[in-house]
Amino acid sequence: MSHITALDAAALSAALARGEVTAQEAARAYLDNIAREEPRVGAYLTVTPERALEAAERVDAARRAGQALPPLAGVPAGLKDNLCTRGVRTTCASRMLAGYVPPYDATAVARLAQAGVPCLGKLNMDEFAMGSSTEHSALGTTRNPLDITRVPGGSSGGAAAAVAAGEAAFTLGSDTGGSIRQPAAFCGVVGMKPTYGAVSRYGLVAFGSSLDQIGPLTRTVRDSAMVLDALAGYDPLDATSVDRPYGGYTEDLEKGVAGLTLALPDELFGRGIAPDVAAAVEAAALRYEAMGARLTRVSMPALRHALPAYYILSSAEASSNLSRFDGVRYGHRATAYESLDELYEASRSEGFGPEVKRRILLGTFALSAGYVDAYYKQALKVRTLIRQDFDRALAQCDMMLSPVAPTVAYKLGEKTQDPMTMYMGDICTVPANVAGIPALAMPCGAGEGGMPVGLQLMGKAFDEKTLYRVAYALEREGL
Amino acid sequence: MQTAYEMVIGLEVHVELKTRTKIFCGCPTAFHAPPNTQCCPVCLGLPGALPVLNRDAVTFAVRAGLATNCRIAGFAVQDRKNYFYPDLPKAYQISQYDHPLCQGGYLDVEAEDGPHRVGITRIHIEEDAGKLLHNDADGTRMDLNRCGVPLIELVTEPDIRSAAQARAFLQKLRAILLCAGVSDCKMNEGSMRCDVNLSVRRRGEKTLGTRTEMKNLNSFAFIVRAIEHEFQRQVDAVSAGESIVQQTRRFDPATGKTYAMRTKENADDYRYFPDPDLPPIFLTDGDIQAIRAALPELPNAKQARYERDFGLSVRDAAALCAQPPLCDAFDAAAPLCKEPLRLLHLMLGELLRLYDGEGDVPVSPARLAALANLLSDRVIHMGAAKQVLQAMLKSPDAPEKIVRDLGLTQVSDTGTLAQAVERVLDENTALVQTYLGGKENALQALMGYVMRDTQGKANPALAASLLKEAVMKRR
Repeated sequence: MSHITALDAAALSAALARGEVTAQEAARAYLDNIAREEPRVGAYLTVTPERALEAAERVDAARRAGQALPPLAGVPAGLKDNLCTRGVRTTCASRMLAGYVPPYDATAVARLAQAGVPCLGKLNMDEFAMGSSTEHSALGTTRNPLDITRVPGGSSGGAAAAVAAGEAAFTLGSDTGGSIRQPAAFCGVVGMKPTYGAVSRYGLVAFGSSLDQIGPLTRTVRDSAMVLDALAGYDPLDATSVDRPYGGYTEDLEKGVAGLTLALPDELFGRGIAPDVAAAVEAAALRYEAMGARLTRVSMPALRHALPAYYILSSAEASSNLSRFDGVRYGHRATAYESLDELYEASRSEGFGPEVKRRILLGTFALSAGYVDAYYKQALKVRTLIRQDFDRALAQCDMMLSPVAPTVAYKLGEKTQDPMTMYMGDICTVPANVAGIPALAMPCGAGEGGMPVGLQLMGKAFDEKTLYRVAYALEREGL
Repeated sequence: MQTAYEMVIGLEVHVELKTRTKIFCGCPTAFHAPPNTQCCPVCLGLPGALPVLNRDAVTFAVRAGLATNCRIAGFAVQDRKNYFYPDLPKAYQISQYDHPLCQGGYLDVEAEDGPHRVGITRIHIEEDAGKLLHNDADGTRMDLNRCGVPLIELVTEPDIRSAAQARAFLQKLRAILLCAGVSDCKMNEGSMRCDVNLSVRRRGEKTLGTRTEMKNLNSFAFIVRAIEHEFQRQVDAVSAGESIVQQTRRFDPATGKTYAMRTKENADDYRYFPDPDLPPIFLTDGDIQAIRAALPELPNAKQARYERDFGLSVRDAAALCAQPPLCDAFDAAAPLCKEPLRLLHLMLGELLRLYDGEGDVPVSPARLAALANLLSDRVIHMGAAKQVLQAMLKSPDAPEKIVRDLGLTQVSDTGTLAQAVERVLDENTALVQTYLGGKENALQALMGYVMRDTQGKANPALAASLLKEAVMKRR
């Protein structure tokens, strides 16, 4: 049944509904693919075959009993390893949590379970979601399935690679500054960061709490809309979750882009964007024009400060969020210590990798007495300016369009020695997190080495429907 | 007396709010539960868990603010206070920093050294930490049941100048918070605890001296002793030319002394910042008005009412109003009393002494009223009523039965009393002569003998008039 894994989630859903495939067959097909692909790709940190098959069996039984099932019932998925799964270790790809087994499911995980999605396992990532290549994982290397000498992107590198390699029908990632979109672009899949507040963060191990969002990585735009239908919704367990209507994301897919205005922000097409990337993105823009959209340019001067503001805010929040990993109650504890302070120091020194330490130090500094005004509070002001820039720009257009990343997927090891260059790679993706708006990454042609180039669409808050509509138009048009 | 120096005191009071559940999760707040049985991923600070504010905590804190004359913020922020300690599972405490719920209040207190106004800088909400249990046998264990129990922290201005004022302030605050239903303020269970910041300076000086902080004092008596000791220690040090070191000190009730815990060489940097998991708190004027309207009668109003309606002295009324459960018991019993004032006197004379100040009054309003009515009906006199009240604390019997069992029924029979009076006069001829010689006091002594002769059961008014009559006949 290897053809099962060739189906996208929507097609598999239809085949399951028609009874052409059982959920157990689907789960087994994906587990077989995982077994075959993992030595090459390394997307998974933990595979949970028994759980996947049990869940699939329940779906099959329900279907045999004639129950009406949600569209994703029996469609197997993988989860980024910073989403808490009851009884299944959740490591954040860190030595600190290498043996940590949560006692509860994240809301997003529970929603998928409710939708009948069998969970195949937990996916590699940069440690605590800090990084852009998954090379900062302390627990394993993930390679880009399209070219295994290249990185899959990050931090949701395992989630993107698994979709690209057919090791899951779809996956969930998390996106704090581009961590869904950039790996999606590098691996040639569709990655969606929903509006802040649309998907509950409850059970997502926090990195930058005011920026983090969970979202789907899928093979197609329709798949993404289907998964978001299951994910989005108000959650009383997350005070930043917004109580409003959600769903219906597939309804407008076919409506086309005629009459819509798409804007290209000057600041995201400037210095540092590789020519192959710029060319592919501009070609996509022209294709939209050909489909009847109006193209315009827009200037958002505050975006020049988005990257430093993002690194200050996310690191400040991370420095506080990661303080709970102290070796006292769970997680890594050093064996040699003479005092409480030594226990803390040794456990954290051993448990965290260099990138995580770098961010904790950066964030601690940015919040320290004497510096908090110059850094953290200044970054909050910049955040307000960026939001205002987006409000102004999105008042004049329906959507914004830009590259996802300045380059296509680079070689493993190419940037690990140079954190600043790695940080610069987030320049196009962080603005959407800082502003809290939805943004989607999708493939739009090939660049250097035949690697996919990612197109980013950024929409109005809670208007994921239009985002999907615009993305779908290009996908349907073909590349 | 230390006339050359004065003490300057500011208080930080932590009060546990009487919400049913914790401040950021649905776990219960009950005291005395077995360790680590009232916890969930949220209050344990497990990875991924998120806090959601219990709005009752806000309502209770606003009640406290309104009852202490504070301005209530329309916009308040919850901040993270970052520090490492094993009783703090997230390594930050969710508290409030520069946008607290309540600011700029005051309380007027009546201490032995006169009336005094104490400014209240702020009241904010925060979560409690867990408890570490140190044990020589198996090291340190953690009980995280307290994590996430809602607290308010109230900070006063440095307006307090004596231990008596500090005590009066805390007693008044406690009465107000009890009345307002904000907290049960049980100092022995830690639901009200106090840090004392104290410095000394020469009288007349305007600048503040270096202060020390005494943490977690959990009884009024300890607070008074700790203040007196620490004041003396600082005065001695300053007088000897030493300088005061800014430090946290611990009061040991066993020795009555304070000891240095840790020295704050440089101020702790808690890296406060707004908790991104919690949106700001918005309160409209309507919200605040609704909370104000729901406030019950507060001690000041109660005190005025008792003074007005029952002619109580300021002192008596204040003493009663310092114990809201007594007021509640009285207010419930009064409609059942033939003469409510009798009950008030009984409560002031005896119940105030017997009641430990924690929790409900252990005698029901109906039984209190029945006892007061026995006084009104002249079945017993006040002395006997006090005995009955003591017995009622231990026995569920009706007061009438207790009176019978103890044989306390008042003797109002003229014949019996007249015989007793004659016996007393016969046995105390010297006193009789003293009285007749013009010493009015001697009559009191004779009255005492009459009461003793009747085992205290004589109707005092009737016996007194019979005594006076009889003694005059012996002129």
